[in-house]
Amino acid sequence: MMGAYLFKRLVSNVLLVAIAASMAYFLAATSLNPRYKYEGRQPPVAEAVIDATLEQYNLNDKTPVFQRYVTWAAGVATGDLGRTWDGKPVNEELGRRVGVSLRLLLVGTILGAAVGVSVGAYAAVKQYRISDRAIGVGAFVVMAIPVFVLATLLTVAAAGLNGVLGFTLLEYTGEYNPALSGWDQLTNRLNHLILPTISLTLGQIAYYSRIQRNMMLDVLGQDFIRTARAKGLSRRNALFKHALRTSLVPVATYFAFSFGTMLTGATFTEKIFGWHGMGAWLVDSIQSHDVNSVAAVSLFAAVCVLVAGFLSDLIVSAIDPRVRVS
Amino acid sequence: MNEPTTGRGAPVLEVSDLNVTFRGGVKAVRGVSYRLDRGEILGIVGESGSGKSVTSLAVMGLLPEGAEVSGSVRLHGRELIGAPEEELTRLRGKGIGMIFQDPLSAFTPVYTIGDQIAEAVRVHQKVSGDAAAKRAVELLDLVGIPHPHARAKAFPHEFSGGMRQRAMIAMAIANDPDVLICDEPTTALDVTIQAQVLEVLKTAQRETGAAIVMITHDLGVVAGLADRVLVMYAGKPVELGAVDEIYYRPRMPYTMGLLASIPRMDRPTARLIPIEGNPPSPAALPPGCPFAPRCPLKVDACDDAEPELERIGAGGRMAACIRAHEIDLKDLDGADVYPVPEPPAEAEEPGPREERETVLQVGDLIRHYPLMKGAVFKRRVGTVYAVDGISFDVREGETLALVGESGCGKTTTLQQIMQLSAPQGGTVVVLGKDSAKLAKAERRGLRQDLQIVFQDPMAALDPRMPVGDILAEPLRAHGRKDAKAVKSRVAELLTLVGLAPEHAERYPQHFSGGQRQRIGIARALALEPKLVVLDEPVSALDVSIQAGVINLLEDLKVRLGLSYLFVAHDLSVVRHIADRVAVMYLGKIAEIGEVDEVYGAPAHPYTRALLSAIPLPDPEKERTRTRILLEGDLPSPADPPSGCRFRTRCPKRALLGEPEARRCAEEEPSVVRLASGADHGAACHYPEGVEAVPAPRP
Amino acid sequence: MRSKIVLARMLRNPQSRYGLLALALLLLLAYAGPFLGPHDWTDKDFLAFMEPPSFDEDGHWWGTTQIGQDVYAVTLRGMQKSIVIGFLVALFSTGLAALVGATAGYVGGWVDKALMWATDLLLVLPSFLIIAIVSPRLKGGSWLWFVVLLALFSWMITSRMVRSMTLSLREREFVAAARYMGIPAWKIILRHILPNISSLLIIDATLNVSAAIIGEAALSFFGFGIQPPDVSLGTLIADGSAKAIGYPWLFAFPAGLLVLLVLSVNLVGDGLRDALDPGSNQ
Repeated sequence: MMGAYLFKRLVSNVLLVAIAASMAYFLAATSLNPRYKYEGRQPPVAEAVIDATLEQYNLNDKTPVFQRYVTWAAGVATGDLGRTWDGKPVNEELGRRVGVSLRLLLVGTILGAAVGVSVGAYAAVKQYRISDRAIGVGAFVVMAIPVFVLATLLTVAAAGLNGVLGFTLLEYTGEYNPALSGWDQLTNRLNHLILPTISLTLGQIAYYSRIQRNMMLDVLGQDFIRTARAKGLSRRNALFKHALRTSLVPVATYFAFSFGTMLTGATFTEKIFGWHGMGAWLVDSIQSHDVNSVAAVSLFAAVCVLVAGFLSDLIVSAIDPRVRVS
Repeated sequence: MNEPTTGRGAPVLEVSDLNVTFRGGVKAVRGVSYRLDRGEILGIVGESGSGKSVTSLAVMGLLPEGAEVSGSVRLHGRELIGAPEEELTRLRGKGIGMIFQDPLSAFTPVYTIGDQIAEAVRVHQKVSGDAAAKRAVELLDLVGIPHPHARAKAFPHEFSGGMRQRAMIAMAIANDPDVLICDEPTTALDVTIQAQVLEVLKTAQRETGAAIVMITHDLGVVAGLADRVLVMYAGKPVELGAVDEIYYRPRMPYTMGLLASIPRMDRPTARLIPIEGNPPSPAALPPGCPFAPRCPLKVDACDDAEPELERIGAGGRMAACIRAHEIDLKDLDGADVYPVPEPPAEAEEPGPREERETVLQVGDLIRHYPLMKGAVFKRRVGTVYAVDGISFDVREGETLALVGESGCGKTTTLQQIMQLSAPQGGTVVVLGKDSAKLAKAERRGLRQDLQIVFQDPMAALDPRMPVGDILAEPLRAHGRKDAKAVKSRVAELLTLVGLAPEHAERYPQHFSGGQRQRIGIARALALEPKLVVLDEPVSALDVSIQAGVINLLEDLKVRLGLSYLFVAHDLSVVRHIADRVAVMYLGKIAEIGEVDEVYGAPAHPYTRALLSAIPLPDPEKERTRTRILLEGDLPSPADPPSGCRFRTRCPKRALLGEPEARRCAEEEPSVVRLASGADHGAACHYPEGVEAVPAPRP
Repeated sequence: MRSKIVLARMLRNPQSRYGLLALALLLLLAYAGPFLGPHDWTDKDFLAFMEPPSFDEDGHWWGTTQIGQDVYAVTLRGMQKSIVIGFLVALFSTGLAALVGATAGYVGGWVDKALMWATDLLLVLPSFLIIAIVSPRLKGGSWLWFVVLLALFSWMITSRMVRSMTLSLREREFVAAARYMGIPAWKIILRHILPNISSLLIIDATLNVSAAIIGEAALSFFGFGIQPPDVSLGTLIADGSAKAIGYPWLFAFPAGLLVLLVLSVNLVGDGLRDALDPGSNQ
């Protein structure tokens, strides 16, 4: 039974992704100008050569946009995302970058949600106490700091710290030091991961902690908590056994929304910390008028948002028996 | 001030001078004292805001933070007020068990019923998880849940309201508490289910020997159950005594008024006696006796000081009224003391029913809904047969009541009529016009003649609009744009329903429930309709307010020549106000006819069970009455039984022979007139009082 | 009368009190501040490039930029733009959200399906990318187009909330009463539905202000937002962040003001939520 519904949902999701990606393609194909990358060259390239090159990459603005779209879509349907403006396969580039971004996004999501929910639950239990107020103020301040400001602040702080110490304690550019190998490289990679993860996760933690606190307080006022205490559970046990799980239900639905913000946030983190992931590609491909790459990034973003939505539905139905189909 | 203790053993629970003050200085409970002996049932009766629920939460130590509690609560002599939290936690569920009003919100939605009961067991007893689970199943069995093994694994939302309340009782008695506090345990339930749950409570008491505090606003529920009754008003106990004393010889004018204002099924009177005014807000109590502003016996001395609960006569009888002794001496009752409202201006004798104009004609009305399941993954799993072929008519100047329990389709019927569009099946004819054949302009025109009054006076008025605009809305919508005329009509309407014209500038939240309902009635009357549909118009109101609104509805009907379609679940109110009644069960009409016929000689077994389930505010009658208890729950309207829909719960079917019973399963009965000439029909193959002659098979 | 109660409740709550105070001071700074400073935002001081802040009478209070602009004057100018963009976007997007959500919820049927499908689609579309592609190409067009673009991609979640509130309001009896009176749907939406979700809309509009300010800054950070010669906090932060390590004043002032602005708007929004929602704890 469940399978049929998941399938139906999958179909409608695929449709949404297809439309979203197509719209992005049309937009990119009509407003970006890859020709410009060839025109200003010294020595000048003949127009016929440019045309032929662009034609080869399915980027020629002299071909009707609909025709280019059909070529692109046919490619996508068979798993080929086309060529970048300088003729490299988009698939290869995508393969390289997805891994880089997912590393950031996965760690950020899991850490953000887990820490945020714990902090929020703790604040709710300590409502109106000093710790609750401190967490509240902290969350507000963090939420007011955009990722690009936070990331810049972190690099400044790391630079300052390294300068004071006289050696590089915290890395803040790139993903790893290619000169190292083996065990050293692994720790070096982890070191490089610290600051970007903080910049991406801090906002998520603040966001989840606010939602979790509010939901938990909502639940705390409900009758079933009173019932739990009436049968002899201490306040603490009533909170952890009854309030926490129930309040997770609405929080899980926010998961889908927060993922979109994460993606945008990753763009800044990657650009500022010099990572070559999907987010950086988004900016780079627009700036380099790379139509097919832009379409690929949109496709990736749309898939991510829908997968997040799907996952959040699955989580909700796992923790809330009321929405299960059986 | 405390109750006399002579001649009794040590009380199980003793509450003395309990006070609860909420943040902001609102005194919700003021000086409540009572004692509870072993195995005794004490009823605490009061209207909303009287402090009865707060009292019980204070006893449990479960009031929200910020509530100040003073006084003393002793369980087996041990003081609970101010006791350390760990000690209270140990006592909750073990010493005192509690049953709450709304069983849906009282269970945690994400755990199974069995787990939640087992949890209650394990909190207080050192047993293994398996043993606790087994005990949970036993408890579910004890409270009459069928297939307890399987049902223990179900989630709260998969239980019906009645079953949830049974499970709640099972949870409360899991640790054999000495005291059970029941806070309106049956208020959210239908009457037949209420009767079942009250039986379960009695069983639970037998099993555990617990003393029970029964909190309710329904004087009928306590009458048959309680040994003693405590009446509360404005946070204060105003009368206390043995149940018979309170019901037959009330000595506090409030209690007297309360008992006189209830519409009674066993004693239909011409006119209900309302208590004027509203209970005071706990934030702004009048000086002296809080009931004085509403009291017909008020003298100047009443405003001097608040009277304390004092002993009257012999026994444990107490009342808080300076004239209680006088009342006792003269042996007054509510009808003597309260002014009986003027009878409605008698309209000229209406002609015979058949000759009057038909205002509303419903023929074979059908409304089915798709049944959807799942909040995230929606899908259609079946059809709800909400209304499945019902017919009735309303003649000019009469009141037809549609009664039935929740899920019987009465509200759907009403919506279908109000929509004035083509129904899924059958016909709705209003004032001779078929709703399926109306042009748009005609439909708008017809809306003037068909108006509605809703159940919840809070939800029925837009909170963002002043009352004047609310009343003007229908006028403006139907082309009365002249501001002056609208204003004077609004003033007229407010006067008509017993409010003042200057109330037009206030917002709905500034009115009490009863006043809001009057505003709702005024809005319905704005366009001078012919037919008014009343959707449970008094069920959300307190008893003392109810009577005034019912009287108003009766007056208006006569004065303005209205016809009413009255939807209700309260059969006592229906008996009082209706001329004819139609009893619905699972989307069908079970019995229809003149009120006296149906109530006097109910022919359908369902009607009989329904009538017998209604608690009477009369201890003597309640004790001697034998109830027809229905088995089980209402079947799902998505899967009604074949043949007669009532057969699965029918008490009569057990008495039938095999071939007769088979007919019930195979052939759907239709409404048949019981005797020629009588306005009384029932949809039963073997109606009561009629010779059960099997009809010749077609 | 109601607004007075709400204001009184907000002032009782320290969090929103500080928020309101900070917001008022920031607005004052943005609009009165430029008159106090010794330099105009278009002035270029060719004698002072990348000068650190100085407290001389005629000096550059917050330092100067690479091309000799006065950071104080430029930052306040950018802040004005950010504030205007924030308020306009909030107004547009909340209005759109109310309209779409209430219509979808009240009318139901295929209208609801179509509108919600469009909403979902916009949620799936990477808005950042779309605005990034379109916005720099509106050259010559006014920055108002940028406002429209931002608004167009920030109403969807609110509109879903409005829809679900409308769905429950639609079942409320006073709406049924209006329907049974024969009042047309659009009038019911305007007269009964929208006033009853005004709390949500006010709160949301407030929070949308800060979201839009951040959104503008984010896009401008990569050069996809406000185009030169116009400045906004975003363009200033973008310029400053690259040099933040050596010349912190270029980054610190615009970034600090942005954070303060967003923080105070959020505090006000949260305070409004408590003050407008009678069920809240405050």
